[in-house]
Amino acid sequence: MLFSMSTLYTRRTVLRGMSLLSLGLLAGCDDSSKLSFKYGKDLSDKIMGRNFKLKDAQGETRMLGSYRGLMPMIFFGFTQCPAVCPTTLARAAQAKKLMGRDGDRLQVIFITLDPERDTSEMLDAYVKAFDPSFEALYGTLEETAATAKEFGVFFEKVPSGSTYTLSHTATSYVFDSRGNLRLGLSASLTAQECAEDLLTVMEVC
Amino acid sequence: MTSFCSIKQLALGLSLIGMAWQVSAQTLISDAWVRASVAGQPSTGAFMTLQSDTDSKLLSVQSPVAKTVQIHQMSMKDDVMRMGQVESVALPAGKPVSLDPNGYHIMLMDLTGQVKEGAKVPLILTVENAKGETETIKIEAETRALGTMDHSKMDHSKMN
Repeated sequence: MLFSMSTLYTRRTVLRGMSLLSLGLLAGCDDSSKLSFKYGKDLSDKIMGRNFKLKDAQGETRMLGSYRGLMPMIFFGFTQCPAVCPTTLARAAQAKKLMGRDGDRLQVIFITLDPERDTSEMLDAYVKAFDPSFEALYGTLEETAATAKEFGVFFEKVPSGSTYTLSHTATSYVFDSRGNLRLGLSASLTAQECAEDLLTVMEVC
Repeated sequence: MTSFCSIKQLALGLSLIGMAWQVSAQTLISDAWVRASVAGQPSTGAFMTLQSDTDSKLLSVQSPVAKTVQIHQMSMKDDVMRMGQVESVALPAGKPVSLDPNGYHIMLMDLTGQVKEGAKVPLILTVENAKGETETIKIEAETRALGTMDHSKMDHSKMN
């Protein structure tokens, strides 16, 4: 009994030592409240997008924590969007390639703002047409609205004849690998500019 | 009476020639393309450059691949993309007007099926000139990959 107590104690010490070590290694990670980006907007001091809970194509629940260790880049849109959505997803695919091996850690996530029309199967085929690693997430109308609100994403239905289209925020939101929001990339930036700023995020964490 | 008749006929003949010329030379369309869709996707966009000889406007578009075709305008302010249907697109004389992913574009809605890369999509455009005369232009647009980047937006000054 006494023996096992001391073993436990030793283990604890080792664990504590390890966590201190990892804190030291990742010192720049969550402590730096400001980052300097060449093109995008530093969002390090913004607390946004931490609590979303949506579903992926397989119906699995996905949260920010599901992407730990990866660098999630989240973009909101809808598949019937002819302009900014495909252009932004194509740009993301190109930026990922430009990042070389570091691009493997970039996880592009497309959240639909039109869950009434974007079925999970179609959404999945849509994002994977840009890059097979891309993921699409969807929720109920309420979950979608709550997620958009959490990110400060504006969206509204615009009646268009017998149907409707959507107006929406076109920013891509980038988190570091520990789930801290870092960077906002505007739709006007090129793939090269995005890649440079994404690599800056990776340097930090 | 006979001479009057022949003048009338001549005038008619001339105006017919005039019409034929107008129809063939009034509006030029170049670089027309359609973005490919995935299975089940109900709509996609068509893009092109139009140039009219006289002040005209693009009134409507039809296509056998879509039950509804609308002309939309996209605008961007503070990184918010706004979309809306427009009645027509002005085509000022001699000026190329681009329908591209950054402005006006044609929405092919209620697609009859998947539009696959490489497929030719027929588009029928109705253009009206300042006199109120309409012309119908039939073209075939090439379907490009879903992930096609818009090259008209590329800023070459930033490229090395």
